[in-house]
Amino acid sequence: MAKRIDVSGLTAYYGSHKAIEDISMTVEPRSVTAFIGPSGCGKSTFLRTLNRMHEVTPGGRVEGKVLLDDEDLYGNGIDPVSVRREVGMVFQRPNPFPTMSIFDNVAAGLRLNGSYRKSELSDIVEKSLKGANLWNEVKDRLNKPGSGLSGGQQQRLCIARAIAVEPKVLLMDEPCSALDPISTLAIEDLIGELKERFTIVIVTHNMQQAARVSDRTAFFNLSAVGQPGRLIEIDDTERIFSNPSVQATEDYISGRFG
Amino acid sequence: MSHAQAPARRSPSTLRGASLPSWSPWAIAGGSILLGIGISAAAGLDSKIQWALIAGILYLLATFGFAARVEGGRQAKDRIATSLVWTAFVVAVIPLVSLIWVTVARGVKVLDFYFLTHSMGVVADTEPGGGIYHAILGSIEQVGLATLIGAPIGVLTAIYLVEYGRGKLARAVTFFVDVMTGIPSIVAGLFILSIMLMFDMQPFGFAGSLALAILMMPVVVRSTEEMLKLVPNELREASLALGVPKYRTILKVVLPTCIGGITTGIMLAIARIAGETAPVLLLVFGNPFINANPFEGAQASLPLYIYQQFSNSAGSGAAFDRAWAASLTLIAFVMILNLVARAIARWKAPKTGR
Repeated sequence: MAKRIDVSGLTAYYGSHKAIEDISMTVEPRSVTAFIGPSGCGKSTFLRTLNRMHEVTPGGRVEGKVLLDDEDLYGNGIDPVSVRREVGMVFQRPNPFPTMSIFDNVAAGLRLNGSYRKSELSDIVEKSLKGANLWNEVKDRLNKPGSGLSGGQQQRLCIARAIAVEPKVLLMDEPCSALDPISTLAIEDLIGELKERFTIVIVTHNMQQAARVSDRTAFFNLSAVGQPGRLIEIDDTERIFSNPSVQATEDYISGRFG
Repeated sequence: MSHAQAPARRSPSTLRGASLPSWSPWAIAGGSILLGIGISAAAGLDSKIQWALIAGILYLLATFGFAARVEGGRQAKDRIATSLVWTAFVVAVIPLVSLIWVTVARGVKVLDFYFLTHSMGVVADTEPGGGIYHAILGSIEQVGLATLIGAPIGVLTAIYLVEYGRGKLARAVTFFVDVMTGIPSIVAGLFILSIMLMFDMQPFGFAGSLALAILMMPVVVRSTEEMLKLVPNELREASLALGVPKYRTILKVVLPTCIGGITTGIMLAIARIAGETAPVLLLVFGNPFINANPFEGAQASLPLYIYQQFSNSAGSGAAFDRAWAASLTLIAFVMILNLVARAIARWKAPKTGR
């Protein structure tokens, strides 16, 4: 199910502003890759280029290649809508649809994309909510609005919504930055379980989190404000945090700058 | 003033200062009104507006004086600001209340079931009797048709501007919507009239609807635009990231989130065009008989009926009474629409319960 991502020479722009430049990396299937780096270095922008959400921003455009198991996401005739069905995304702030119930939120991706039978739908919803470790908390109030849940529950609801459409890759943009430590722990445990089935890429500002959940870590940096962000290095998480090959990575991790 | 002495008079606690008793604003208001009336009577002023003006100024001065003396300068300014806000509120509400009061008082005289269900067909404008059934029917048909044309175009334009519009075309559309907002209703009427004259047509209800739709569209576009902008971008992105096409995102996520606001906007636009007289006068002409077909023949409408009752009354009290009753009906019509809009907005608003 999970797919490999191969990025080569990727540069992304906002209008005429170059946000990230010449990024190449490989993300292995069924692994967790963490992106760390100072604010504004282009981690989120890069993440959004991986499911073509970058071009949703007015003026956003991309050069370079992103291969999803040998298929170029930016190739001719590729439909961004189909790309996003393969590569799901969880955002920084929990964003359940306010008009929909918990059930409808999870079913949204399926329902908005085609027709399903009611029984089929409730099976998938149950499976997804269980997958997001939320089932036990909400099974008695599936018809209540999703916005009534706590922040951590809402975020897990959003994860359930994202995995309900069975993507191959799951992108997470600082999924825990708006949550308390206990909800964060719940989501980190969940990430550990989800990597059995999905390729996971997570942006985080919390280096302990990157060390805890990821198999590989990529460090991004920018040389100066206004300059495009670059990938400094990507390596096994253990190596990055114990013995990085670039001095800047060590400085950042040990808190000597940024 | 008392700025320098105020700290000396304060109690030892720096957090608790002296304050005027809570009844003092009412006492000062009562005193100022009495004093205002007294001064006016003594000076022989006969206008009640002058009395109120003197009382108001006295109230502001007295409040500031007492508060500055007892509480200090900052609280005095606070009380002045509070008084000014209240004064503005009262001044704004007086015309509204008096308008409704007069309309209700004069309108209920002839407003009954008979009045609502009969036309002016065989009743001369100067005689008592008759009703507004034909005008209500005309109003509902004309406004309904105008809404059927104006609301969808307005909402779709707003969706284009917020969700798709980039660059020159969007800017041009925004500009023309702004221009259209400023079109006087009589000009919209003349525009449709010129088309009617080209094709040598007689007045009919639908022509009025077209002019009303022109007046309605920019209002709907503006309000819908504002509502769509209120929908957080995160919701659109969440939907797009699930692999939902953009048009379905708009239909199933964006519109349901703000449907309450859009409905309110449309209802307000309807309320606005329901009271338009000028284009209806030009294009629909008015008709004392019942004409249920908006596509052929002159029709009546409530605002037009009111105008014609006044202008054709020749001083007859019966016509005035009918005009007032029709005004009351029109206000009730608009009020009911607003209440319906609010109910829909509340019913459709995103749920927050647990």
